[in-house]
This record gives sequence, C-alpha cells and structure tokens, in this order.
Amino acid sequence: MTIDLKTIKHISKLSRISVDDEKAKKLAGDMNSIFNFIEKLKELDTNNVEPLTSVAETTLKLRIDEVKSDNIKEQVLKNSPDENEDFFVVPRVVE
Amino acid sequence: MSDITSLTLTDLVKSIKDKKISSEETTRAFIDRGEKSRDLNAYITEDFSNALDKAIAFDQKPNFDLKLPGIPMAVKDLFCTNGVKTTAGSKILNNFIPPYESTVTQNIWNEGAILLGKLNCDEFAMGSSNETSFFGSVQSPIDKDLVPGGSSGGSASALAANLTPITIGTDTGGSIRQPASFTGTVGLKPTYGSCSRYGIVAFASSLDQAGPMSKNVKDCALLQEIISTYDEKDSTSIDFKRNAYSKELTNNIKGKKIGIPKEYTVDGMPKEIEDLWAKGIEYAKDCGAEIVEISLPHTNYALPAYYIVAPAEASSNLARYDGVKYGFRSKGENLIDMYEKTRSEGFGEEVQRRIMIGTYVLSSGYYDAYYIKAQKVRKLIKNDFDEAYKKVDAILTPSTPSAAFKIGEKTNDPVSMYLNDIFTVPVNLAGLPAISIPAGVDAKGYPLGLQIIGKAFDEQNILNIAYAMEEKIEFKNKITDWWIK
Repeated sequence: MTIDLKTIKHISKLSRISVDDEKAKKLAGDMNSIFNFIEKLKELDTNNVEPLTSVAETTLKLRIDEVKSDNIKEQVLKNSPDENEDFFVVPRVVE
Repeated sequence: MSDITSLTLTDLVKSIKDKKISSEETTRAFIDRGEKSRDLNAYITEDFSNALDKAIAFDQKPNFDLKLPGIPMAVKDLFCTNGVKTTAGSKILNNFIPPYESTVTQNIWNEGAILLGKLNCDEFAMGSSNETSFFGSVQSPIDKDLVPGGSSGGSASALAANLTPITIGTDTGGSIRQPASFTGTVGLKPTYGSCSRYGIVAFASSLDQAGPMSKNVKDCALLQEIISTYDEKDSTSIDFKRNAYSKELTNNIKGKKIGIPKEYTVDGMPKEIEDLWAKGIEYAKDCGAEIVEISLPHTNYALPAYYIVAPAEASSNLARYDGVKYGFRSKGENLIDMYEKTRSEGFGEEVQRRIMIGTYVLSSGYYDAYYIKAQKVRKLIKNDFDEAYKKVDAILTPSTPSAAFKIGEKTNDPVSMYLNDIFTVPVNLAGLPAISIPAGVDAKGYPLGLQIIGKAFDEQNILNIAYAMEEKIEFKNKITDWWIK
C-alpha cells in the first residue's frame, strides 16, 4: 500500500493542518515507511478476537451532577489569544 | 552538609525531619545547581524565586508529619500547575497558564513538597529522545550530546544531574522507563488507573500514566504511595486498595516466580543487552526468586499496534488545539484558514506526523482495517500476559534494545526511533505496571536498565523485586559534572 500526495492532502484537510507540496512529499515518505512497518499486523488472523477498547475493567461510577469548580472565568479567558468581554473571538464567520 | 543535591529523597526527608538541614538550604542548593546546569536544557520554566519563598515559609511553620516536608522538586511540563506556565514542550501551548492543578501534582504539594520548575519533554510526550521539544533538545548528564531518552527526558536529565531529588514523568509507550534506563535512574509506570490523569496534557488516553522517577527503589515507592490515589475527576481512575508502598517494601522475594519471555529480543540487538539480561536473571536467582521460561508470542506485534492506537487517540485529543481558547494562534483569512495555519505552525513535525497517521487510521474506509485491527491485536497482547501470569508473579526483560544514542543520530528515521520502545510498549497496551532499574553499563559506560513487569495493581510486588535486585546490582551512576563551567 502507498499513501500518495492526494491522500496526504485529504488527511491534512481532515486534520486541519495546512500542508504545502514540499511538506506533503516529506510526510508521504515518512508515512509510507511507518505504514510499511504497521502492515506486519496483517500476518495475524484476528477474525475471532474481540477488540480491546479499555484495559480498565470497571464500570463508570455515577455521581451527583453538581457544580464544584470555582468561578475562574477570568483565568480561563486570560489564556485566550483574543477575547472581548466574556467571549472568545474568532475570525468573522458570517457575512 | 556539603552535598545536599546528591542525597536520595529518603535521606533528604530524614535530614529535614531531624532538623539537620532546612527546606531553605535544600531549596537553595537545588536552585544553585539548576542555575549552573542550564547547558543541559532540562528546564522549560524555572520557578526558583517562588520555590525559595515557599521554602522560607515552610521553615517558619514546619510540619514534619508530612511525607515530603519542604522538599523542592521539579516536574515534567506535561502536568498542569495552577498559575505556572505549562507547555507540554509545544509552541502551541507556549503561553498557557493553567487555572487548575493536576491531581498528581496536588497530591505531591499536599505532602509538603515545593515546585522548583517545569521540566523539558518531547512535544506532547511524542518522542523517545527529547528532541521533538519546541524548547530544544536536552543533554544527558551521562555524556555530552547524548540524549537522555524521552519523552520524560528533562525529568531524567534533571534527576540524574542532581537538579531535583526526585521527579515525575508520564509514560504512554515507555516515556518513563526508557529515559530512566538511559540515565541510570529508576522509573515506574504504574497500572493504568492507578494515578489520576486529571490535569495531565493528554496524548493517548487509554495508555497514558503518570509515575515516579527516582534515584533508588525506596524513593520510588515513597512517591508512588503519594501520587497513586483514586480520583473522581478521572473517569478511568480505579478505586482499589493501594498499599503503603514504602512501608511495605521488602527485599524478601524468596520463591517469587519470575518469567523470562524468549520473544524480548530484536535483530541486531547488542550482545551487551543479552549479557545484561542474563546477569539480571542471575541476580534474581541470588535473591531467591525462581526463574521460569515463558512465551509472550505476540510481542512483535505490539509496536505496530501501538503506532495505530496511540496516534488515533492523539489525533482526537489534539483536536482541541485550534487557536481559539488558549495557546498560540496564527492569523488566517477565515476561521478554517486560521485553524489550519495555527496547527501547521503551532505543532512540530513529529506531532503533525502522528496526528496525520491517527486521522488516517480513523478515517472512513480505513477504520476497520487499521484501528479495529490494532485493538484486536491489543487484546491478543493482553491475553499473552494473562496467560503468563497464571505461571509467574512478574516478568524480567531488558528495558530498551540499546543504550542511549547521540543527539541527531535517529531524527531522520521515525521507525528506527520508534524501535526504542519495543520492550516497553506491550506493557502500556496491556495496562500493566512496570519498573526500570539501572543494572549495568555498555562498552562506552552508558547505563542500561532492566524492566520488571507486574500483574495489574501489583506495584508492591515489582517494587519489592526491584528493591531486592538493586541491593545485588549495586549500580553507581558515574557523573562528572562536565557541563558545569
């Protein structure tokens, strides 16, 4: 299997990471060598194996749904690259 | 006392409790050494002046009932620390100041410890050499231009160089045990669910665990006792009976059955690793353990499965870094453009590569072939361990297939870098605890580690085995302070 440049561009869209042609070429090379290595899994017959989704064999605990954190609005907003009063600001999305 | 910084944690705690030294003296000693050791690049953020204030405050009103009374320590910069910058080694978080504290670090401060600063690591803990950090690579105190391992490379370097008496790292595929092995220190990856993940920058949520890194096994047991607590803020935290690991520590491991898995070898593995392992088996026998040959037949499939599962989870976890709520933002013509440029400029090469791998294996048409397949292989790997533990109490392997390498030596070939973790990754996939202890050196004098893998929740047992073997091995790290001018 080979991952071509078209696939790289597609994955970059899905990942929301912009990729120029030069970077795409480098990524294609790296990903092909990594997937070459991953292909080893095909040797294994896993038809009758249940996928393991979690090693923690516990059921989730229930708890009362109540607010426990303090009001830290200011500290939270302070980390924002751009804020306006109580809002996060992003580039214009409606014309 | 002339050399506070070279004391073990246990001795340091005793000296403070006996009032032989103060928290201030101790803290000053570590700050002084930290300032002289900036060439190692172990710190991302120094918090020295706050540390000194806290030490002085501790001495004015000391509480010697605490387990870490006035002990200064630095932690991996993957743990959120309230009010202190937390970067995860990434440009995308280079100005992030958490408004909350991780549970693991909170547990440490509750016992009286004082934050010295935040230690360098591979970006988002993705790396095995600390070379993917936005803040530059870290040098190992073992030798100039030698990697300390990764991803907890700053932690390992700082610990081995006596910049901190003990530290914590995180381990997703070997990120505590491999750097411990490379720097002649002890590192424990606890059972999944043992230490809370709350407030730790997430990499791969089904694999990540925090754990102690220390100068000896006793210190390791003490810190594990402190950081391992049930936490309702982490839905995968497990409520099990935790031992008083340091109090219950014993070197009596007579009759313990230790398994030797024949599959833990790779092509071209240096003979010195084979020899180290054979020596380890002899040490274990000397301690009265019984050696049992075992088989973990799917070992060779662990690393390929890991490189599906971990990137898949990472691509999902790292979706949150979009330049809106915190961290770095790049200018874009519109919202999507802003996202794409922010992530392209904010993440480093290895992180982008793993996000892309993860996105690909989760994408439509490939999900079953890769992601589900890897989860099935993960099941087979766990079954191997379950089967082995019917016969043995613990498993002994080398920690890594080689000693530390030079900075830049493996950066151009991702797969050869990934192979560093071949002996550590199966443990994360199965959620088991494992400890790496220093056991010897290679021809160049670089440290080599042995790994002891335990049953789930059986930290006490592997700590005991490590403790007993440590006594026989008598490893001494040779560090010359070459970086101090």
